[in-house]
Amino acid sequence: MQGFIDSLLATTTTGLSRELAYLGGMIGFGALVVFGFILPMAGITSWLERRVWAKIQSRVGPNRVGPGGFLQWLADGLKNLLKEDVIPEAADPTLFRLAPYIVVAGFVAAFVAIPFAGSLIIADLNIGILYISAVTSLVVVGILMAGWSSNNRWSMLGGIRSASQIISYEIPAGLSVFPVVLLSGTLSMQGIIENQGWAPVDWHMFHSPFTLAAFLMSYIALLAEGNRTPFDLPEAESELVAGFATEYSGMRSLLFFLAEWGNLYVIGAIMATLFMGGWQVPAFTDNVVLLTVAQFGMFFAKTYFWVFVAMWIRATLPRVRVDQLMSLCWKYMVPIAMVNMFGTALVMVVIPEGSRLMSYALCGLMLFGLVRFGRRVNYHLKRSRRYDTVGAIMPV
Amino acid sequence: MSVISKDPALLHDGDEPDNRAISEIVELQMGPSHPATHGTIKFNLKLDGETVIACDTEVGYLHRGFEKMCEQGTWTQTIPYTDRLNYASPLINNFLFCEAAERLAGVTVPERCSYIRTILSEMSRVADHLTCLGMSATEVGAISVGFYMVEAREILYNLSQHITGARVTVSYGRIGGLTRDLPDDFEERMRAAIAHTRTVMGDAEKLLERNRIFIQRMAGVGIISKEDTISYGITGPLLRATGVRRDLRKDEPYMMYDRVEFNVPVGTKGDNWDRFSVRFEEVIESLKIIEQLLGQIEPGPVKVDDPTIYMPDKAKVYNSIEGLMAQFKIVIEGVRIPAGEIYFAGEAANGELGFFLVSDGSGRPYRVRVRPPCFYAMGALAQMLVGGGIADIISTFGMINMIGGECDR
Repeated sequence: MQGFIDSLLATTTTGLSRELAYLGGMIGFGALVVFGFILPMAGITSWLERRVWAKIQSRVGPNRVGPGGFLQWLADGLKNLLKEDVIPEAADPTLFRLAPYIVVAGFVAAFVAIPFAGSLIIADLNIGILYISAVTSLVVVGILMAGWSSNNRWSMLGGIRSASQIISYEIPAGLSVFPVVLLSGTLSMQGIIENQGWAPVDWHMFHSPFTLAAFLMSYIALLAEGNRTPFDLPEAESELVAGFATEYSGMRSLLFFLAEWGNLYVIGAIMATLFMGGWQVPAFTDNVVLLTVAQFGMFFAKTYFWVFVAMWIRATLPRVRVDQLMSLCWKYMVPIAMVNMFGTALVMVVIPEGSRLMSYALCGLMLFGLVRFGRRVNYHLKRSRRYDTVGAIMPV
Repeated sequence: MSVISKDPALLHDGDEPDNRAISEIVELQMGPSHPATHGTIKFNLKLDGETVIACDTEVGYLHRGFEKMCEQGTWTQTIPYTDRLNYASPLINNFLFCEAAERLAGVTVPERCSYIRTILSEMSRVADHLTCLGMSATEVGAISVGFYMVEAREILYNLSQHITGARVTVSYGRIGGLTRDLPDDFEERMRAAIAHTRTVMGDAEKLLERNRIFIQRMAGVGIISKEDTISYGITGPLLRATGVRRDLRKDEPYMMYDRVEFNVPVGTKGDNWDRFSVRFEEVIESLKIIEQLLGQIEPGPVKVDDPTIYMPDKAKVYNSIEGLMAQFKIVIEGVRIPAGEIYFAGEAANGELGFFLVSDGSGRPYRVRVRPPCFYAMGALAQMLVGGGIADIISTFGMINMIGGECDR
C-alpha cells in the first residue's frame, strides 16, 4: 500500500504532502473494501439466510428482486435508508445515534486481520487472532450503549443480557484459541494457517482429541458471541420485543442486523483459519494469480460452510434461557476449554512431532460421523419426498 | 430510568418482599401488543432482575359483548358469533352450541349429522393443537417446527374451506343439522390430510421430543398442582397434564364419542412439558378417532325433517305454501325453542366449553352464557409465572393457548 502510493507520488507532480497522500490512500482503500466487499457480503449473507431458512421450512423465501431474489438485500438496504430515522424523545440522542456505528465498526475492523488468501490480507498483524477477539467484543459496547440509551425497559434487558452473554462466552472462546496458538507458536493469522497443510489430516482440528474438542467449543462460543441461535437471547423477538434494537428504526436498525450477518462471516473465517487450514490448497500451479484465486475460493468455501451451519442451527434449535446459558458457559464450557488447553500442551510434550496415526484416526472418526449423519438426513429427505406427493396441499 | 423503587410498599398486599439482596424492583408492562401476548393480554410484571416476583394479568382487550349480541338475534343468528369464540377451532364451537340448543329443544339429529360433527370437531381439535404446539415451539425459538405444523394445519383449513366455504368463519352447524352434506371427495382428502399430519407429528417429535434445549425450556416450568388446577376450574389439556383423567368426550359422551376407542393422555407434574406432551398425544388420538369414524359413517340425511326446526328444502319453499311459511317463520321469528334452560358442555380443544342457554319460548335466546375454557387458566396464570423468568412467561403462556375471542368474549 505504502509503496503503491509512493510510486504514485513519484509519477505525478501534485504538491500533496506524503502523509496526506497516505491518509487519502488508506481511507480510499478502506472505503473500497468496506463498501465493495464487507457490506455487500453481509447483505448477501442475509439473502442467503432467508433462502436457506425458506428451504428448510418449506417456504419460498424472497424471490422477487433479481434472479432468485438475489438483490433482495439491496432493496432492503435502500428501503431502510429512505425510512425516517426516529429517535425517541426520552432517549439519550448522542449515545443512541452512536451505538450502531460502534457495532458496525467492531465487526468491520475484524476484517483487517482476516487472511483471505496467501497474499490477500489487509494487515498480517503479529497479534492477529488476539486483535480479532478484541475488536469483535467491541460489539458489546455498542449493544449495551443501544440498550441503555433507548430508555426502554425491553432495550435495557436486551442490552444487559447481551453484555453478560458476550463477556462470559469470551472466556471459552479465548481459551479455545490457545491450543491453536500453542501448536503454531504464533498469534498471526497467516502464521497459524501456514502451520497447517491443505489436507484435513494436517489441520489443527485433527491434531489431537483436545484440539478437536477445542474446535467444537470454539464454534459454540463464537455462536454465543455473535448472538446467534441457540444463544440469541439479547434480541429474542418473542420475549424482549426486539431486545436492544427495539427503539431503532430505518437504517440504524438495519446496521445492527448487518453487523450480525457480517459477524457470521467473521465466525466462519475464524473457524477456517484456526482449525481448518484456512486458504491452504495443494500447490497445483506456479501462477500466483491463479493460486490466489484458488486460495480465496477455498477460504470462502470453508467460511461459508460454517455460515451455513449457523443458519441451519438457527432454523432447527430452540433458544436457551438466560440461566441455562450461563450455566452452560461457566459449568461446562470454561472447564472443558481449560482441559483442552492443558491437554494440547501435554500432547505436545509427550509427542512433540505430533502423531500422524492419531490425526488419521480422528479424521476417520469425523468422516464416519459425517457419513452416518448424511445417511440419516438422506433417509428423512426421501421419506419427506414420499409424503409430499401424498399429502401435498390440494387446491380448493 | 426504568427502575422504580426498592420500596416493598409497591408490592401487592400479601406479597412477601424478596429479601435476597434485592436489587431494585422493575415494573414491566408486557403487552397488550407484545409479540408473545397473542390474543391481546397484558401482564403487569414486577421483576427482580429477570425473575418475576409478581404478576397481574389483565384480560378483556378483545371483549366484544358476545353474550349480549347473542340476545339480539334469533337462535340461528347466534351461530356466526360462535365462530369467533375460539377462532382456531371454530367448528367445535358451532357444533357445541347447536348440540346445546337441540337438547333444549328436545331435537335429535340424524346419525350422519352426528358423525360429521364428531369428525369435524376432531379435525378442528387437530388444527387447534397444531397451532398451539407449533407456535409454542416457534416462540421458544424452534421456528421450523412451527412452519411444518402450520403447513399441516393449512391442509386442514383448506379442507374446512372445501366443506364449509370458509377457513375460520365457517357457520357450518345449524340447529337440527348442518348447512350441507360433506363433499364427495371428503374421505380421500381427509385421509391424505391425516397422513400428512402424521408425518409432521413425526418430524416434530424428532425435532423436539428429544431436543435437550427444548425439554429444558419446558420441563419444570409453569408448574401448578393438581389441587390448585381443580380449584381454579381449569379443564382440558392443562388439567390432564396434572394427571387428572378428565375428558368430557369419555366421561359424558356426546355426539358419537361413545362409538370410538381412544385414549386420554395424562401427564404427571403439570408443567409445560406435560402440557406439550398431552396436546401432542391428543393430536395422535384425534387422528385415530377420525379414522374410526370414517369407517363407520354411512349415507343419510344430515338434518332433521322438521320444518319448525330446520328450514325446508328450496323445492318445497318455492312450490308449496307450507314450505314458504316455514322458511319465513324460521327467518323472521327464529327457531322456537321451548322455554327452559340448559347447561351443556363439551370437550373443546382447550377444555370444557360450556353453553348455558335460557329460552323464554320465543325465537330469540333470552340469555347465552359461555364458559370459555381458557378464561379460568388466566386466573391461575400469575401463580404459574411467579418465580420463573421472563423467558418462562413465553412458554407457559404459549402452552395455555389463551384465545382472545373465547376468553374475553
